[in-house]
This record gives sequence, structure tokens and C-alpha cells, in this order.
Amino acid sequence: MTENIAVHHHDPDQEAYTKNVFGFWVYLMTDCVLFGVLFATYAVLHNNTFGGPSGKDIFDPLFVLKETLILLTSSFTCGLAMIAAYRSEKKKVIGWFCVTFLLGLSFVVLEVTEFAGLVREGNGPQRSAFLSSYFTLVATHGMHISMGLLWMAVFMAQVFRKGITLVTARRLTCLSMFWHFLDVVWIFIFTLVYLMGVY
Amino acid sequence: MFGNLTFNALKHDTLQNAAGYSMIFGGLLIAALITYHKKWIYLWKEWITSLDPKRIGVMYIVVALVMLIKGVSDAILMRAQQSIAISDAASFLTSDHYQQIFTAHGTTMIFFVGMAVVFGMMNLVIPLQIGARDVAYPFLNSVGFWLFAAAGVLLLVSLVVGNFNATGWLGYPPLSGIEYNPGEGVDYWIWILQIAGVGSLISGINFIVTILRMRCPGMTLMKMPLFTWCALGTLVLIIFAFPILTATLALLSLDRYLGMHFFTASFGGNAMMYVNLIWAWGHPEVYILVLPAFGIFSEVVATFSEKRLFGYASMVWAIIAITILSFIVWLHHFFTMGAEPNVNVFFGIMTMLIAIPTGVKIFNWLFTMYRGRIHFTTPMLWFLGFIATFSIGGMTGVLMSIPPADFQIHNSLFLVAHFHSVIIGGVLFGFFAGYAYWFPKIVGFKLNERLGRYAFWCWLVGFLLAFLPLYILGLMGATRRLDHYDASTGWQPLFIIAAVGVVLVTCGIGFQILQLIVSIKERKQNMDTTGDPWNGRTLEWSTTSPPPFYNFAIIPEVRDHDPFWTMKQEKKSQVAKPHYEPIHMPKSSPIGFFVGLFSLFFGFAITWQMMEISIVCVIGVIVSLVIRISENETDYYVPVLEVEAIEKS
Repeated sequence: MTENIAVHHHDPDQEAYTKNVFGFWVYLMTDCVLFGVLFATYAVLHNNTFGGPSGKDIFDPLFVLKETLILLTSSFTCGLAMIAAYRSEKKKVIGWFCVTFLLGLSFVVLEVTEFAGLVREGNGPQRSAFLSSYFTLVATHGMHISMGLLWMAVFMAQVFRKGITLVTARRLTCLSMFWHFLDVVWIFIFTLVYLMGVY
Repeated sequence: MFGNLTFNALKHDTLQNAAGYSMIFGGLLIAALITYHKKWIYLWKEWITSLDPKRIGVMYIVVALVMLIKGVSDAILMRAQQSIAISDAASFLTSDHYQQIFTAHGTTMIFFVGMAVVFGMMNLVIPLQIGARDVAYPFLNSVGFWLFAAAGVLLLVSLVVGNFNATGWLGYPPLSGIEYNPGEGVDYWIWILQIAGVGSLISGINFIVTILRMRCPGMTLMKMPLFTWCALGTLVLIIFAFPILTATLALLSLDRYLGMHFFTASFGGNAMMYVNLIWAWGHPEVYILVLPAFGIFSEVVATFSEKRLFGYASMVWAIIAITILSFIVWLHHFFTMGAEPNVNVFFGIMTMLIAIPTGVKIFNWLFTMYRGRIHFTTPMLWFLGFIATFSIGGMTGVLMSIPPADFQIHNSLFLVAHFHSVIIGGVLFGFFAGYAYWFPKIVGFKLNERLGRYAFWCWLVGFLLAFLPLYILGLMGATRRLDHYDASTGWQPLFIIAAVGVVLVTCGIGFQILQLIVSIKERKQNMDTTGDPWNGRTLEWSTTSPPPFYNFAIIPEVRDHDPFWTMKQEKKSQVAKPHYEPIHMPKSSPIGFFVGLFSLFFGFAITWQMMEISIVCVIGVIVSLVIRISENETDYYVPVLEVEAIEKS
């Protein structure tokens, strides 16, 4: 039977690779629509401050710039990890993903700090429609990053145990697509919410 | 620990109790029967854990039929109420209960009949039609189904524990906000739709990849069977529309659970934004339901006219046009919102434009019949019924797309009659046609024709009696969601005619149940031994009925869009000694079922604000998925000897 598989010209693992990567693109498009809704909501509600603070009053652009740089760097290290993955260099893969993980984690910590500060000053999401839409948009991105971190941890355990196979490489490719996608979303948040909110 | 749940949640009025008890009794009876026949292990191994799209498709259809009976029961109650409620005292339903019933009717019919039928048919037909052995992601297919099933069970639970939503099937705020509806009803509705919606999204991604990546050699896009084309249109709509639903409901739940202000009347919230968002999903949803029905009719009319479908390319372009246009018409659901005239005019014209590709399709079907050798089987009867009812519904739709006219008939029974004409006449008749058409393929024997015809005539006449009076009532000023009215309006005779219509529809359902029982009993006479009972045209008829679990022992090659018809014409389907190869198939997995189970508990727990339990359930879902991706041997090869043995038998 094994020789039959060998002559089988459709390798199921290879097929699964292209199929899954394509399917993951489709999933990312659905996620894009989800963020689109949240951006649209923010666009409609961002002036409805109801006597509360506006973006100008509460955003700290330098703090957010720090978050942005951290996230962009994490995208770069994620790219390095993937180059290593395609060369089947297991140790490098795990190393670079650990760096990516730490950068992602510090991004989440910074974001939580920012949110906690706002809530402490009485500017939580219940304060006005503007703040509801701001918190929801940014926190949805943050939750995606957190899910990405969880996912990264699970995959690192897998790579550690199973090494770089066609299956793990496929999953890492999807993970890196997810990570870069969240980076792109963040660029829009940084521009549309923070920069346009302050300047 | 138990959040807001107390024993008071179990207290209902007599009618609700009767419904609840009969449902629990029915469930226990089925469980007892399964135990008596010792079928639990069989069910677990062959159905619940199955990743075979044919099995999953059958399960979707079973859920759809059960839910159809529930939805029709709601309709009977509403029609009965309206035929006698000429004063408050004459009502037999309280107005709060009546509101729960019309909300439940809409939610049930759209999400658990309509969507179930769409995904059921896709599961049953698409892999066979494109010459594939499986779907792209068999495991996600099972997860999608079990999320959908979990949401359905949650809907049934809401009959017994607590109250259901009473704000209408789309739950407009601020009425559905925490201020005016603090109870559990809206929360039930939100989580039912969220769980079902995520399931639909997952299944949507699965099938779009299946169609785009798994067609057999030679089947280019313009050689794809029309049902698959319509499904592709539907799937594009699903992946672009369902995330909007998920996001919108999430915002509503943030308002309700965390006190945010997206749609509240104060703190700067904007309720009209909800209406925009929900219809940006809701309008495509209408086409998500009806496009597959168009596909079914395209297959049925070509097969039973023994003719190639007229104007294949124009049919495909009509589907694409409908897919695109359906995204830019959502505002016609609320012309009265007060947008400026130019906005209303734009959406009015876009709405009218949809009638053009739809008209193209209607005429193509009619031209397919022209000079064809027509067989008046039940699927064909449903098709002819559809042409009549759907055209009525379509024309009244164009009438309402004119904003000034819409100002008059907005929110009236005219509107209710319109969308029932297109949904019953389109989606449901389409499903019934597909049900009779593909039944022998999936099950192995044909349905009883005579009882099918009886069912059709009861449905058609019943439908016309039930909804034509509603058009008139709407023009007379009767609004939708009306639980009683004054005798002096003179509406009662028309409401009574509508109630008689529902009785006839119920007879139709009775005949359908009888048809299923009789067909199973007399299956020996109606066996489909050839795999091609209707002289079919597409690939699903080229394999046996029922097909082996791998669908095709040898993947077919295609040169034409009626490939099986061409094969039969050229008589080259029999190869002397076929050369088989091992077949790569997925193994069964219980994880999809567990994901569904955790989601069910999650939905229930978060509805009643049991936060600890909801968190445990979310962790349960995550752990299940991690277990799944850690599994090594998720698929296997069927050896050649086994394939040979199955093909010989």
C-alpha cells in the first residue's frame, strides 16, 4: 500500500497546505469585515462625547507610538521566525517566536495600562458613546492579539515536540498571517483613532 | 453561581406549559425509543461524530424539519389569535406571549429552518456535484453543524426556562436595550443568534474553499452546475454578511451587559445605527436563503424538461449581479428613517434593479421548459408553484421599493405578505423541490409521488389563502405584530380566510409526514438501483444511491456543464476494468460535538449571567480545539481491496 501512496501524485499534506492557507485568507477577510463594522461604528459615534472627554483630552500619542513600535517589531520578528520555519530551523523558529510572544505580551500589558488609567479617571466605556466605541474597537484588537499569543504558545509546544513538519509549518504560516493582519488593523487604529483624534 | 436563574423562571401560563411539557415528553419518548432499540452507540459512531458531509447534511435537514414544525405551530397560534381577537377580551393569548411568539416564529424560520436547509442542501449536494470526495475542512463542518444545533437547543430551552425575546426577530433598540427589556428574553435571542451565526460563518468558509479548490479535473467555473454556482453566491454573501451580524449583536450585548452606549437613547448612543447594521446583514441574508433555492430549481427544471438549461452564462451573471446588488439595498428596510430623499432614491433604484437579474432567471427557466419533454413530478410541481408565488412576491417587492409607496405600506401586513411570498414561495418551495429531487440519491429510494402531490396542492392553495388576504389587509391599514383589533375595522373575515389557509398548510405538512412514513414502508417498490432515477444531468447521479462514503471511487473528469448527460449520450461511463487507488479520508471526531455542547452551556450560562460557568465553558471550547490540533492521525487511507469490495456490491 505504501508504494501506492508514493506514486499518488496528489500529496494530501501538500494539498492541505494550499487549501488551508487559502481558507485562512477567507477567514481573515471575514475578520476584516468585523473590524470594518467597529471602525464604522467609531466613525459614527466619535463625536458623541455627551459632555465627556474627546479624543484630544485623553489620548497620549507618544504612549501609543510606543505600543505601535512594539507591535511592528513583533511583526518583523514573526517574519524572521517564518523564514527560519521554511528553512526547518527549529531552534530559530522557537527563539524568534518567543521574542514575538514577549513583544506581543508587552503590547497587551501597555494597552491594559492605558485602559486602566482611563477607567480610573472616570472615563470608562460607560461614560459616553464615543468611549464605548473607542474601547470596543481597540479592545477587540487587543483580544485578537491575546488569542494570537495563546495560539503561539500552543504552537510552540507543538513545534517543540514534533519539529517542523508540513503540518506545523502550515499552522505557523496561518499564525503569521494572523499576526501581520492584526498589525495592519493596528496601523488603521493608530491613524484613524489616535492620530486623527489628537491632531 | 446561578446568576439570575431562580425557580420562578419555570413558571408560565397554561399554554406555554402545554408546549413545554409536550416538547419534554417528545424528547423523552425519542430517547426511550433509541434506548429500546439500543441505537445510542450507532448514533454516536455513525452520526454524532461523523465528518461525512452526507451525514451532516441529513442532520441539518432533520433539525430543519423539527424546527419547521415549531415555527408553523407559532404561525398557527398567531393566525388563530388574529382571527378571533376583535377585542382584548376575545384574545386567547396575552399580548406579551403573542410578542414572544412572533419573535420566535421569525427567529426559528430564518435561522433554524432557512439556514439549516441551505447548509443541509450544500452538504448533501455540493461535494457530489463537483466530483469531490469530501469538503475542504471536514472537522470544521462538524463544528459548524454542532454550533448550529446547540443554538437550536438553546431556542427550545427558552420555551421552558424563562421567557423568550418579545422585541421582534431583529430586536431593534432601544426597545431591546437593558432599560426597556431587563429580562433574559433578549439575552437568549442574542446568544442563540451568536452561536448559530458563528456556526454559519465557519461552514461558509468551509464551503467556499470546497467549491473554489476541490472541483474535479476539467470543471472550470463556467462548467459548474448551477446549484453550485448559486451556493457560491450565497457563500460570498455569508462570509461578508455574517461578521456584521456577529459584531452588531456583540455591540448590543455590550450595551446590555457592560452598560455601554452604542444604541441607547442617552449618552450619545445612536439606535438608528443598529438598524443600519442589522440590515446590512439582514438584506444579504434574504439572498443567502433564496439563492440556493434558485439553484435547486435550475437543476430540477433542466432535468424534468430533459433539456439543457436555457442561457447558462446569463444565469451565472444573474447570480453574480444579485450577489453584488444585494449588498447595496439594505436601506429599503427603513425608508421611513428620515434619510434625505436622494439616499432613499438611490436605494429604491438599486432595489428595483435586482428585479432585472431575477427576471432573467425566471424567463430562462420558462424557456428551458419551452419545447422540452416535461415530466410533472413533485419537484416540478413545486417549481411551477414557485414561479407563480415568487412572481407575486417579487412584483409586490418592486412596488414597495418606491419610497413614497413604502411610506404608506411600511410595517403593514402588506409587507408581511410580500416577504412570505418570496420566502415560502422561494426558499421553502425550493427546499421541498430539492428534498423530493435528491431524496433518492441520499437515501436510496424515491418518495411517494401521490402523497407528494397532495402535499403540494395543500401548500399552494393554503399559502394563497393565508397570504393574499394579508395584502388586502395591509392596504386597509392593518399593521404587523397586531395582537388584537376593533371589530369595526371589518378585518375579521379576511383574517378568518387567512386562518383557513394555515389549516390547509398544516394539512400539507401532515401529508409530508405521511409521505415520509409511507415511503419508508414501501421502500422496496421505489428502490433506486441505478443511481440515476430521474435521468439526471450532473455528476451526483453518476454514482450509486446512496453514494459510498467516499462518493466516487474514481474522480470523474469533466468537459461540459451537464457532464453526466454527455457521458450517457456518449455511452462511455463503463470502463472495462477500473483501476482503483487508495482513498484518503478523514476519521470521525467527537470534538465538534463537544464544542457544540460547551457552546450550549455557555449560551445558557451567560444568558442567566452565571459568569463562572460561562468562563469554564469558554475554556472548554479552547481546550477541545487544542486537543484536536494536537491529534496526530486525523485521517487514513481506504485500501484498494476495500474500495473494490464496496464498488462490486
